[in-house]
Amino acid sequence: MNDTVGIVIVSHSKDIAKGTADMVRQMVGDEVNVAFCGGNPDGGLGTNVSLIIDAINSAWSSKGVAILVDLGGAETNSEMAVEMLEPERQDLVVVCDAPIVEGAVMAATEAAGGSSLAQVRAVAEELSAG
Amino acid sequence: MSLQPETFKTLVKVAAEQVIASAPELTSLDQAIGDGDHGTNMKRGFEAVLSKLDAIAEQPLDQALKSIGKTLVMTVGGASGPLYGSFFLAAGEALSSSKQLPDDLAEVFGSGVNAVSARGRSQVGEKTMLDVLVPVLETLKADAGRQDLLDRVRAVAAESAARTAPMQATKGRASFLGARSVGHVDPGARSSCVLLQAVCTSLEGRQ
Repeated sequence: MNDTVGIVIVSHSKDIAKGTADMVRQMVGDEVNVAFCGGNPDGGLGTNVSLIIDAINSAWSSKGVAILVDLGGAETNSEMAVEMLEPERQDLVVVCDAPIVEGAVMAATEAAGGSSLAQVRAVAEELSAG
Repeated sequence: MSLQPETFKTLVKVAAEQVIASAPELTSLDQAIGDGDHGTNMKRGFEAVLSKLDAIAEQPLDQALKSIGKTLVMTVGGASGPLYGSFFLAAGEALSSSKQLPDDLAEVFGSGVNAVSARGRSQVGEKTMLDVLVPVLETLKADAGRQDLLDRVRAVAAESAARTAPMQATKGRASFLGARSVGHVDPGARSSCVLLQAVCTSLEGRQ
């Protein structure tokens, strides 16, 4: 079992979310589960709790899932999505305080090496430190 | 202030329609200091509530409030979805766990306000919807037995929303603007005011 932490990218823009996921896949390959979503329930700019829940479940790994977000509403909606997961999954998902593109690439690189969720989060959040 | 199922249904309808009617104003306020989507987001959320209103109003009040909260969470599409959603989810939960209306109105409302504060990691004075919700909560506590409670709530909501104009935002998208957020009413404070005033108006008509 070489399960790796899954990565979820949540942007207000589906294009940014997809582009970020493309960059992650190109840089770390397919060994990490990456899912993305963007856009409000009407498809305009914004975020959507039900799409975030789907993305978390799609990137699911027994080691957990790290979420990278762009702006405030993406963070708030991601936190809400985590609380709406099955209870046993909630503690295995974190929303990282990190820039979305760099954070996703760093987190996925760390995840590919088999690191724990806490390590993946720490590496992404170093980008926001200082 | 009793809350019969028909009264509840009417007040949700009136409040939702008022928010929907205020969408252009909310969007215009949000264009000044945010990302300009508050009106359309709230409109989408409350249209979803209206579309489910028959089913929502058939539920016991605690479940009905939670259904409204969940609907807003799933349909608003911006930070205001989880914020307003958390308010209704927590208020519903307070009613589930022994609180009753009208006696515990302030406590039930307070549970909702606390949930908004926790969800947004925000306090009063930061140019947010809390700058309306917290003063209204204080009025509900202080003026609980007064005949003119609804008038007081309506007045406090309006005064508090207007008082967000000179504040500088430190939370949410408006905080990116720093000092440039000063001079504009906060869109979330305004939408809270619209909702509360609509509820008061609806209840007054039923008394």
